[in-house]
Amino acid sequence: MEEIIAMLNEIRPEHDFASSEDYIEDGLIDSFDIITLINMLEEKYNISIDGIDIIPENFNTAENIAELVRKSGGNI
Amino acid sequence: MLGIVPENEYLFDDEVGNYDFPEKQTMRLKKVMGYNKHRISKPDSAASDFALFGMEHMLKNNWIGKEEIGAIIVVTLCPDHFVPHISNIVHGKLGLDNDVLCIDIPQGCCGFLVGLSQAFMLLEHMKDKKVVVINTDILSHKVSKKDRNDFPLIGDGAAVTVVENSNDDREIYYEMHMDGSRGDALIIPAGGFRMPSTAQTAVMENTGDGNYRSLDNMHMDGSAVFNFVQVEVPPLLENTFRSCGITVDDIDWFLFHQPNKFMLQKLAEKSGIPFEKMPMNLVENFGNPSGSSIPLVTVSNIADKLIENEYKCCFSAFGSGLAWGSMVTDLGKLSHCELIVSDL
Repeated sequence: MEEIIAMLNEIRPEHDFASSEDYIEDGLIDSFDIITLINMLEEKYNISIDGIDIIPENFNTAENIAELVRKSGGNI
Repeated sequence: MLGIVPENEYLFDDEVGNYDFPEKQTMRLKKVMGYNKHRISKPDSAASDFALFGMEHMLKNNWIGKEEIGAIIVVTLCPDHFVPHISNIVHGKLGLDNDVLCIDIPQGCCGFLVGLSQAFMLLEHMKDKKVVVINTDILSHKVSKKDRNDFPLIGDGAAVTVVENSNDDREIYYEMHMDGSRGDALIIPAGGFRMPSTAQTAVMENTGDGNYRSLDNMHMDGSAVFNFVQVEVPPLLENTFRSCGITVDDIDWFLFHQPNKFMLQKLAEKSGIPFEKMPMNLVENFGNPSGSSIPLVTVSNIADKLIENEYKCCFSAFGSGLAWGSMVTDLGKLSHCELIVSDL
């Protein structure tokens, strides 16, 4: 989970992700941040995230992002 | 088939400083989305100028004769005026006969497929004439230069495609879907009769995500559009191939609308399309020009091949409306297929 928070901080250093319960709802990341994050996740975990899974609900918390990585075959 | 792009080329690297985002993050998007160069028309250029530039090139080089034209279909989101339409403007400036039908269709990303489908129907009734389909857009004029989500990918351009009946009985498969309930995902809110452009609608505002745009500017809900494409297009392609009685392997070229490299790669992976059969470089080299994207990606990648040989091609487009569609056709042995640069 810390690895994901670190990636999010790299994308949006101005935000405090630890205090948010919904990154999308709170406006911490937008669709282009999600694309950037996907690229980082795919490189780090050597996975390919299915396009149909690229929906806001899978990126609104670090837990959900980690679950998506696992679903995509990543070891996290 | 003729593609027309403006000569003014802008580099993404030079624009990074315009955006209110960390440079490192923005440059990562360059790699993922394929941002690199895009062609932007001059502020006083209009969509009809590109249409005329293309038509005059064709007439001057004897690609087509005025007397052969039965109809002009202009597909655009960028009318010169509310009245008259661009097809009528082109008709007048070229001095075409009074029996040449003029039709304008307001369509965006699917504009090439919609224009072709209308041409096919018209050709049922004009057996000996040719129908000219013109896709022309200058949407950069409606995109904020401080909107990192929309400006780096936009490009201006046009295409002229001449369609005529053939003597063989090969079929063209075409499938189109629309969902107006999701139309707000791609919108220019002001400028029409519902919300006329005023000094108020021109005020640039921070949208809260680091981008700046006004109600006069185009806005895309990136997440909604991306998800729409990934959910709707793969089953559309499967259904089209099933209707044709073919598989992905039978297609030589997948010539798709060009929103960005990331979206196309995900779509190709999902549908089992080899990357080498699907050119994805229009945003990288010219920008996304909306309705002319399919002919422009065609002429900029495989023009020589289409003159020499014939291929089974799959066109697919998806975007504003929302609309999504596909077409499978044999294409090739073209008398002319070229990309030209205009001073517009």
